[in-house]
Amino acid sequence: MAEHKARLLVADDNKVNRLLLQRSLQLQGHQVSLAENGRVALEMLAREPFDLLLLDIAMPEMDGFQVLEHLAKDLRLRDLPVIVTSAVEGMDSVVRCIECGAEDYLPKPVNPVLLKARIGASLEKKRLRDQQKELVRRFATREVAEDLDASGFALGGHRVEATVMFSDIRGFTAMSELLPPEETIELLNTYYMLMFDAISGQGGVVNQMIGDGLMAIFGAPLALADPCGSAVRAAQEMLEMVALFNLEPDRAGKPPIHIGVGIASGSVIAGYTGTDQRATYTCVGDTVNLAARLEAHTKAAGRAILIDGATQAALGDAVAAEPLGPVQFKGKAEAVEVFAVALA
Amino acid sequence: MAADVIDASTFAELQETAGAEFVAELVGTFLEEAPQMLADLRKARAEAHDERFRREAHSLKSNCNTFGALSLGAMARELELRGLAADPVQDAAALDALDAAYAGVAAALTELIHG
Repeated sequence: MAEHKARLLVADDNKVNRLLLQRSLQLQGHQVSLAENGRVALEMLAREPFDLLLLDIAMPEMDGFQVLEHLAKDLRLRDLPVIVTSAVEGMDSVVRCIECGAEDYLPKPVNPVLLKARIGASLEKKRLRDQQKELVRRFATREVAEDLDASGFALGGHRVEATVMFSDIRGFTAMSELLPPEETIELLNTYYMLMFDAISGQGGVVNQMIGDGLMAIFGAPLALADPCGSAVRAAQEMLEMVALFNLEPDRAGKPPIHIGVGIASGSVIAGYTGTDQRATYTCVGDTVNLAARLEAHTKAAGRAILIDGATQAALGDAVAAEPLGPVQFKGKAEAVEVFAVALA
Repeated sequence: MAADVIDASTFAELQETAGAEFVAELVGTFLEEAPQMLADLRKARAEAHDERFRREAHSLKSNCNTFGALSLGAMARELELRGLAADPVQDAAALDALDAAYAGVAAALTELIHG
């Protein structure tokens, strides 16, 4: 178990208890601050970062239960591990603490050996949780990370209105056959970085990357004022970025890359799919299929950005879109009106 | 004398884990704080404030158990669990007994840290 120095806060109204806990924790190498009641503890938690709170239950002004309730409502402090230390009588109080979100319970007088073990375990769990959060942050936008966090990583779905985008590099597989493997990966990474910037800059969320293709969602999990407009602007920026990328000096003599983008809007089923260990935010449904078909159709249509009728209708006159007429896609009962969007 | 009111093994264990010097300081803190706790208990009784009465008794119990003052701790625990008695006279008797027991504990603890 990792034994690192942590910043701990002890909240206890009894001076003898406070000093004794402080002593035990300092002997274990931790840095300890003291609060004489719940209110003071919350003030200190708001001011400075702590790794763990040791909380007494029976305190004047604000008791331990109230502190736990406050922490549960605070997004920033919700994951702070709390170990309740109390000489409180009866199992009910212990159960209530755990239900209110306390990580663990230690009866007073606190046994120093148990204290050390519980603190070690709590800090280790916190470290893992922080790591998990960091991973989520790296692969999702801040908004999705917060949404995931707020929903407690609840898997489950709901129907939402959203705009879905698919994009990929045309002829990438053939191109990658001719490139050294390192260069292929470097090219992909640069491409993804540029696409992520354009998409998240417009409030979209990249939720899938497969080879040279990606899927992005606009308007979910967080609502956007104009998801169709945001998606189309992101697509236009993506094309600009690719054009600039092709002009870079170190790309001289190399084949330029071209991308195709398909965008469709409508009702989708959105949610976190996967298992407790590994989950991703995704959308499924007809709208998603249509966006994928439109992206595939960019090659045949000879246009970089294709959108469906619903997206075009939402855009109105804001963006020039050229009607290409109805197209019969595989798996669709009826032909779909397709529009091509020009570069901005 | 100390052996009667302070559980020797609890006290020795405390000294071993927290350090004898620190325990001497901690006893000093307790001797400063306890009279206030006893006074607050009487005040809560006088004002018929059940919650405060229980909290003060709880606090005293907790400290007594830390130092091994087990019988005083048990008396405090009884007040914590019972809360204010319906008859104030009953509490007055209990509080007098608590004061007397505390005097014994204070003397024993003082002896232990200076002894």
